[in-house]
Amino acid sequence: MTAEAGAGRVSVLRMGDILIAAIQQELTDESALALQQDLTEMAAAGARGVVIEISGVEIVDSFLARVLSEIAAATNMLAGRTVVAGMRPSVAITLVEMGLGLRGLETARSLEDAMAVFRGQAGR
Amino acid sequence: MSRDEVTRLEIGSDVQIAGARQAVRQAAVAAGFSLVEQTKIVTAASELARNTLVHGGGGHMELAVVENSGGHGIRLTFTDDGPGIPDVDVALSDGYSTGNGLGLGLGGARRLVQDFTIESRPGGGTTVTAVAWSRMAQRVPR
Ligand SMILES: Nc1ncnc2c1ncn2[C@@H]1O[C@H](COP(=O)(O)OP(=O)(O)OP(=O)(O)O)[C@@H](O)[C@H]1O
Ligand SMILES: [Mg+2]
Repeated sequence: MTAEAGAGRVSVLRMGDILIAAIQQELTDESALALQQDLTEMAAAGARGVVIEISGVEIVDSFLARVLSEIAAATNMLAGRTVVAGMRPSVAITLVEMGLGLRGLETARSLEDAMAVFRGQAGR
Repeated sequence: MSRDEVTRLEIGSDVQIAGARQAVRQAAVAAGFSLVEQTKIVTAASELARNTLVHGGGGHMELAVVENSGGHGIRLTFTDDGPGIPDVDVALSDGYSTGNGLGLGLGGARRLVQDFTIESRPGGGTTVTAVAWSRMAQRVPR
């Protein structure tokens, strides 16, 4: 397992060919973009999946929704999958009410559920 | 925060957008908003603060806790001296963006609050006011 992080950055863990980013505090726009860049570069170096754990995220606005969608689009293009795990119910309700939804994003209730998605297709 | 006491915050950087979200969250907790109500007003604030920064070139947010006989509300006013919005109805429509956004921020923010007004004219800056009431306060006829 390796970790990559700088000041104010979200660290990305690699477990085999799965990348895991747990967002544990409110992100500034800049740190969200830094995470997008880190994940995309690490995925390009070889990854079957990306899990973004957001149970610590209190709000998802259109900016963060777009960053998450773009990470998923990039990993899809690199033959991987992105799963967003642990979204708070209050965040999901708000996204639906805004009309934002999370188009094209796969979600899982927890980090554990997200990892099970990839275990199910191990050794593909 | 007592009634109609107004807090003013500068919106000039992404760190100040995060600061605005935090201030609105604290006010929403103090106003007795439920978790979902807090999340909605903080999300709306984030959208409007980012518009103030990105499209308006920066400005400020005014935050006030208001009151009626049923409970409390939060009034947010975002003001900038930017280029203004030529056609507010077009700007509010889903998917319309002059930047590289999804074009869902303004319309989305409007759906998250009870009162929403935009005052803007080309070259004359933009002021967006959003008011959200707690569930009990929403029952009082206005
Ligand atoms: N304060 C402002 N000053 C000038 N123009 C604005 C302002 N706020 C919004 N607009 C205009 O309204 C459009 C729609 O705003 P909206 O927030 O819906 O989308 P966006 O900011 O472009 O993208 P996003 O979905 O990321 O928010 C903007 O693209 C911009 O042209
Ligand atoms: Mg916007």
